[in-house]
Amino acid sequence: MQELDTVGQGSVRVTRKSDKLVILEKDLATEQMVLAMGPQHPSTHGVLKLECLTDGEVITEAIPCLGYLHRCFEKCCENVDYPAIVPYTDRLDYLSGMNSEFAYALAVEKLLDLEIPRRVEFIRVIVSELNRIASHLVAIGTYGIDLGAFTPFLFCFRDREIILGLLEWASGARMLYNYIWIGGLAYDVPTDFLKRVREFVAYFRPKAVELQNLLTENEIFVKRTHGIGIMPADVAINYGWSGPMLRGSGVKWDLRRNDPYSVYPEIDFKVAVPDGKHSVIGDCLSRHLVRAVEMEESLKIIEQCIDKIPSPEGFNSRSAIPKRIRPKAGEVYSRAENPRGELGFYLESDGKSTKPVRCKARSSCFVNLSAMKDLSKGQLIPDLVAIIGSIDIVLGEVDR
Amino acid sequence: MEEVKEVSRLVQESTAAYRIICEQFGEAVSALDSNDTMPFFEVLESGRWVEIALFMRDHAKLKFNYMACMSGVDYPTEGKVGIVCNFQSLALLNHKLSVKVKCDRAGGCIPSVSRVWHTANWHEREAYDLFGMIFTGHPELKRILCPDDWEGYPLRKDYKVQERYHGIKVPY
Repeated sequence: MQELDTVGQGSVRVTRKSDKLVILEKDLATEQMVLAMGPQHPSTHGVLKLECLTDGEVITEAIPCLGYLHRCFEKCCENVDYPAIVPYTDRLDYLSGMNSEFAYALAVEKLLDLEIPRRVEFIRVIVSELNRIASHLVAIGTYGIDLGAFTPFLFCFRDREIILGLLEWASGARMLYNYIWIGGLAYDVPTDFLKRVREFVAYFRPKAVELQNLLTENEIFVKRTHGIGIMPADVAINYGWSGPMLRGSGVKWDLRRNDPYSVYPEIDFKVAVPDGKHSVIGDCLSRHLVRAVEMEESLKIIEQCIDKIPSPEGFNSRSAIPKRIRPKAGEVYSRAENPRGELGFYLESDGKSTKPVRCKARSSCFVNLSAMKDLSKGQLIPDLVAIIGSIDIVLGEVDR
Repeated sequence: MEEVKEVSRLVQESTAAYRIICEQFGEAVSALDSNDTMPFFEVLESGRWVEIALFMRDHAKLKFNYMACMSGVDYPTEGKVGIVCNFQSLALLNHKLSVKVKCDRAGGCIPSVSRVWHTANWHEREAYDLFGMIFTGHPELKRILCPDDWEGYPLRKDYKVQERYHGIKVPY
């Protein structure tokens, strides 16, 4: 140790050779290091780049750099007719295409003041809740992988496959559906579809519990997420958070309940918020728990919809679709509860054109991600992975 | 019929909220456009936008703590660009109101409200990126979706895409 003291200031790198310390390098820099995480890093869930300023293992600042997947969705929308935007919305949040279509259809219908057949409304809710489960399964599965748990991922994707199969049966596509149209649906659901969905609900209920046991009661998983990345409720609201992220901070806010649309007012379900027994309110574990509970609530919603849905007799899924969609001049901001939060569409129509003057998608991931800078300050690098995973971003929606 | 009732409630609540703002700021704000889908008013003196924003956030009867969305919009006929902000008093009073702020197309400025609502930070960067208005007082106003050295503002109605970007032909 004597030799080390003579080195003076700055860090040194030493090695031991036959009981003697040999100095390899001295006066090493101790300033902050920039660590670029992404855009191809597996735990950034897509092409997100984080520029991390690190002081040893501690992050002093993490700056998200976006835009790698930017394809100017909003400019595309200004050049096509209203119905032709539906397939574009699928590609926003490609893990929950049905929900995105639903949100867009609602916005245009508000502008048109359309009356929608009840059966259409129920089918929309059923398919979008199925898609919500599929989306949460990806969120939970990949979150497990981020933190080193591989098995839950396989379980999640096995069950998600069944949902994708069902949705493919209804719409013809696995992920990019183009199923919910303005004023209606592309097709009615196939015969026996609802029976199969009911079977799936019965099948999935115990599986959801099993998944809970695998992750939420796994000590390693809990240690990696408990008390990490805490977001207080008022800051979360100021940051514009929505969906499971906001509910994870203990705010009981769900657009399906608080700003109801479609047939949600008739349906009984619980808005999931953490109780603070298993997690610190606002931490990564809370957000995970909210998603886990939401899947079970979605099952309840689906069951109630199947009970209440009107019979298909004399039903035409395209009966309410206008021949030519040309809304009166005006603006609307309409939103819906997506698996990742509030997906809003701001539409402006000039009353003459069949194309929107302005179509803006308010992306939930984009807004949730904007808090990253504050959320990551002073965290350890491995915890940063846990935080990004808990935000559950889909870069297709962030970059639009 | 239920939907009609819902819409009129939206207008009623927005009107009530607007009256409080109008009392305080008088000439600085326009009359309320009380349409059924999105009631809004415009900030005429854009220099007072931050003051109005703080008032909207903190007044006991307004409490607009949640900025749901901010969209940039181009108004080529007026020679202006602007923003449309949608507010809600989340989990408190639950009413909604929308606000428009406009500025000149060429070199126009809008005061930044990113210190009032954190969420405005990225929304303003996006509006700047795609429409090119300057947000004065913004902590880091730079492009967010397009590359830093991109030319022009893509969502303006008269936007022409650049011929080449780093030697790569752009229009396909």
